[in-house]
Amino acid sequence: MAILVYAEHDNQHLKSETSKLITAAQKMGGDIHLLVAGENVGDIAQDAAKISGVAKVIVADNNAYAHQLAENIADLVLELGKAYSHILAAATTTGKNFMPRVAALLDVAQISDIIDVESDDTFVRPIYAGNAIATVKTSDAIKVVTVRAAAFDAASAEGSAPIENVETVKLAEKSAFVSESLTESERPELTAADVIISGGRGMQNGENFKLLEGIADKLGAAIGASRAAVDAGFVPNDMQVGQTGKIVAPQLYIAVGISGAIQHLAGMKDSKIIVAINKDEEAPIFQVADYGLVGDLFEVLPELESSL
Amino acid sequence: MIVSRYYIVKRLSIEVKMKILVPVKRAIDYNVKVRVKPDNSAVDLTNTKMSINPFCEIAVEEAVRLKEKGVATEIVVVSIGDKACQEQIRTALALGADRGIQIDTDAQLDSLQIAKLLQKVVEEESPELVILGKQSIDSDNNQTGQMLAALTGMPQGTFASEVNVDDGKVNVTREIDGGLQTVQLTLPAVVTTDLRLNEPRYASLPNIMKAKRKPLDVKSAADFGVDLTSHVSVIKVTPPPQREGGIKVADVAELVEKLKNEAKVI
Ligand SMILES: Cc1cc2nc3c(=O)[nH]c(=O)nc-3n(C[C@H](O)[C@H](O)[C@H](O)COP(=O)(O)OP(=O)(O)OC[C@H]3O[C@@H](n4cnc5c(N)ncnc54)[C@H](O)[C@@H]3O)c2cc1C
Repeated sequence: MAILVYAEHDNQHLKSETSKLITAAQKMGGDIHLLVAGENVGDIAQDAAKISGVAKVIVADNNAYAHQLAENIADLVLELGKAYSHILAAATTTGKNFMPRVAALLDVAQISDIIDVESDDTFVRPIYAGNAIATVKTSDAIKVVTVRAAAFDAASAEGSAPIENVETVKLAEKSAFVSESLTESERPELTAADVIISGGRGMQNGENFKLLEGIADKLGAAIGASRAAVDAGFVPNDMQVGQTGKIVAPQLYIAVGISGAIQHLAGMKDSKIIVAINKDEEAPIFQVADYGLVGDLFEVLPELESSL
Repeated sequence: MIVSRYYIVKRLSIEVKMKILVPVKRAIDYNVKVRVKPDNSAVDLTNTKMSINPFCEIAVEEAVRLKEKGVATEIVVVSIGDKACQEQIRTALALGADRGIQIDTDAQLDSLQIAKLLQKVVEEESPELVILGKQSIDSDNNQTGQMLAALTGMPQGTFASEVNVDDGKVNVTREIDGGLQTVQLTLPAVVTTDLRLNEPRYASLPNIMKAKRKPLDVKSAADFGVDLTSHVSVIKVTPPPQREGGIKVADVAELVEKLKNEAKVI
């Protein structure tokens, strides 16, 4: 048995999801091979080789993989993956995009977004926005699985796996990359941050998110948002936390002006400590908060910033 | 001369006919709080309000807008399930789709079997565009569109927040973890919808009445020659661990004190 794990990266850095995937793979058992596909990913491959538990790093370095186009990546993973018992990727927008293609072309089911591993063929996954937890068993010879990285601890970085290059180039003709607009931020990424402060519709506008920035700076926090705040155009889509946004589990999550709809809770209720700041003492967010502060955020936030 | 006439005919035929296929799913209404059955076998759906899955509704709306813009000429909705899913097909017809297909089955199908059935529908209907919701809010799988694209050889644009069809191509702006990405696909293509693609309209009463008379074909899933056996068995379904309710703090000073000394997270 050997497991092929698809490394999550942005062509510049290996993402923290990758070492969490390795922990998930270790629970399935078997040699772990980590595939790094992208363009100019030499440094990323070096970092990947350091993750403890990785037996081999496979590098596919080609312009065809620069933008993680689903068609190209799926064909590459399909070709390499046939030799494995399991194929794993993070349940990120990259993994969600190409993995079902791999599953369909192998004629196997995909098990999406697992949060635990019971055995090599039995996995635990949330359904209904996390309001139910299903344990499922697959009968397929090759298990195609996406992993909710936030549910697993990161493997340490004490390894030194050999690196092997593959020359396979898969280039689909019917789809092409046009452009990308990526949010630049000095702050930690939402999915990697120890502390997150998120704003909702209660923030009233994008300008007011500055009130969160001072606090985020002091706590080294990432800034998130509810869907309502993104829909209203206060902040960009990549900040959305929830069932259809990012799933996070930081040490501390501070929800400001967020009511606590089930779809938002789905993305953050596994945080270690939850703080809610809301002027409505009946807001459902208080039911999951360890510490609730009923008050007007426009008074609370400046005071919080100055007392940190 | 003949060559140029052929060219004109070909262009015309592209412009006058563009069919969109929209697969829709009957799912629990997003406002309903789900309960797990006491025997931990599944989620209890008895007497639960069911609706068209929100992402599928966005897919229907997008197709209708493309028709209103003169880009699309016909919208076919398909749903796979027992007779009850005709209700969701009618909803889609009331929003502006032209005709419906119900693929009748009682079986609990996974995304792979759904995608294989849809592949057959694509072969029969030859749509230029298939628009699906990116996930259904019950199983939260996020697979069917991608699987369908892979099986049919169509290119895919997932998690779309903008769709522009032009001259045999579709540009899809995708919501990705780092921001936005735009890809260009050659038609026919598969698009899956994200939340911000559009805000679906409400069906008007006259349109709901009209929808009752729109054609709805019923076909048996068994007739498609697709292996419908699931590869996945559910061992159990349990409620999630409940969080202990916390406390209310009086002011910012108490909050900071608790976070420092009790929770030790700052
Ligand atoms: C299919 C589907 C998927 C979804 N996915 C997501 C998702 O991934 N993530 C997500 O977040 N949502 C998602 N939603 C939307 C979700 O249902 C809610 O609509 C959304 O989370 C509400 O955002 P909010 O809490 O910011 O806004 P509201 O519910 O409007 O709450 C605003 C809160 O701010 C408080 N407030 C207002 N002013 C102040 C003030 N001055 N001081 C203090 N408090 C104040 C109010 O008391 C209120 O509690 C989804 C919905 C659907 C149907």
